[in-house]
Amino acid sequence: MNEILHGLIQAFWLVLNFDSELITISLRSLYVTLSALTISALIAFPLAAFLVVTRFQFRQAIIAILNALMGLPPVVVGLIVYILFSRSGPLGVLGLLYTTSAMIIAQVIIITPLITSIAHQSMQELWTEYRNLLISINLSRMQRVGTLMWDSKKALITACLAGFGRGIGEVGAIMIVGGNIDNATRVLTTAISLETSRGDFSLALALGFVLISLAMSVSFATHWFGKTEHGGLR
Amino acid sequence: MFPLRVTDVKINIKSKRLIGPINLEIEQNGISILLGANGSGKTTLLEALHGLRKLSAGKVEWNISNSQAAAEQAFVFQSPIMLRRTVAENLAFPLKVRRLSKLTTTTEVMMWAKKIGLEDKIKQQAMLLSGGEMQAVAVARALITKPKMLFLDEPTASLDGATKKAIEDILISASSNGTKILMSTHDLGQLKRLARDIIFLHNGIVEAHCSKEEFLTKPASKAAKQFLAGDIVL
Repeated sequence: MNEILHGLIQAFWLVLNFDSELITISLRSLYVTLSALTISALIAFPLAAFLVVTRFQFRQAIIAILNALMGLPPVVVGLIVYILFSRSGPLGVLGLLYTTSAMIIAQVIIITPLITSIAHQSMQELWTEYRNLLISINLSRMQRVGTLMWDSKKALITACLAGFGRGIGEVGAIMIVGGNIDNATRVLTTAISLETSRGDFSLALALGFVLISLAMSVSFATHWFGKTEHGGLR
Repeated sequence: MFPLRVTDVKINIKSKRLIGPINLEIEQNGISILLGANGSGKTTLLEALHGLRKLSAGKVEWNISNSQAAAEQAFVFQSPIMLRRTVAENLAFPLKVRRLSKLTTTTEVMMWAKKIGLEDKIKQQAMLLSGGEMQAVAVARALITKPKMLFLDEPTASLDGATKKAIEDILISASSNGTKILMSTHDLGQLKRLARDIIFLHNGIVEAHCSKEEFLTKPASKAAKQFLAGDIVL
């Protein structure tokens, strides 16, 4: 109990003092996760909409695979990305291992199936409602995709939030591909892991509180944005 | 674009026949009423003519190519489909899809909002309108592009007298401005008020296609006689 209280006090102290290392690590965490989130959203939203409006032979199989990939173990993703980008691996020539780019790639692989599945489910419901109207108005496939994405935007924001939550709290994959290098690839989760292994629970807790605050701030900001966008409806 | 020729059209689901074989020729002028008891196949036929249903056999032919014809048609569904947007955005949707200028779109939207008596509610979410108001928006949205052919599937089935009258007036006006209307109903009063010609459907087969006067004075089939007498048609 004492350690939690001490951790909380230390977290406030670090934040109030604008601790440069804390700010750098926090900004790096945000950079990695928001970059991964942006890339994932750019892949996931059109893919989900395409799966909704198009019928083809392996559609159900792809949806089933995407749903299954939601539970992909991050450590395994980290291991695969590590093998791909290690010096002897097929993409080793790119020299991305132990960089934030490799961490972003690992997070994209982890959160894209999650965002796609949530987006697909919400757009599928909307498609059931809109299908006849959009076909009747003679919309092209691209226009149907655009309409579904626009009218599902609140659900898509929720999907992004879920992806952000999964990404910002992820430790296994980014530890393997990032290496937790000070001033290079250390992020909040890997720093917490390091401080815990060193036995500095107060600092680990302080970093944990900062991580929770960051995640909640993004969540509240997104919620407020979504609410304003729809005038509080739905 | 006209006449619309329907040749040996059949629609089956698995081995069950829904409608057909149906042969029809629909001319450009006036309001045609598709009449029949519940389950006679009115909705299926309308959807087939509009291209929402795949034909099991036969042909639906316009005097222009089917893709050109698709751009000249609109459909109003029995349960109005509202986009999750404001009334103004719902009305503007088909115009935006056709990339009309902002000025033209705004002018048309205001004109149609006034015509359906919803100029005070244009900024309201369409989903929050009453059933009658939603149907009025659906009719206005269908007519805003001045289609040459408008299909309506029992658009006034569950509406009060005043709303029904308002929608009928809009349809009469659209018809006199050159829009061909094909509307399904089982409301004999509406048939008498609106119809130029009647297509009577029974068990998925067209049993009569004649002028309103001929249908009312000399019904062509036993089912038509029963329908006009208000008996249950089996």
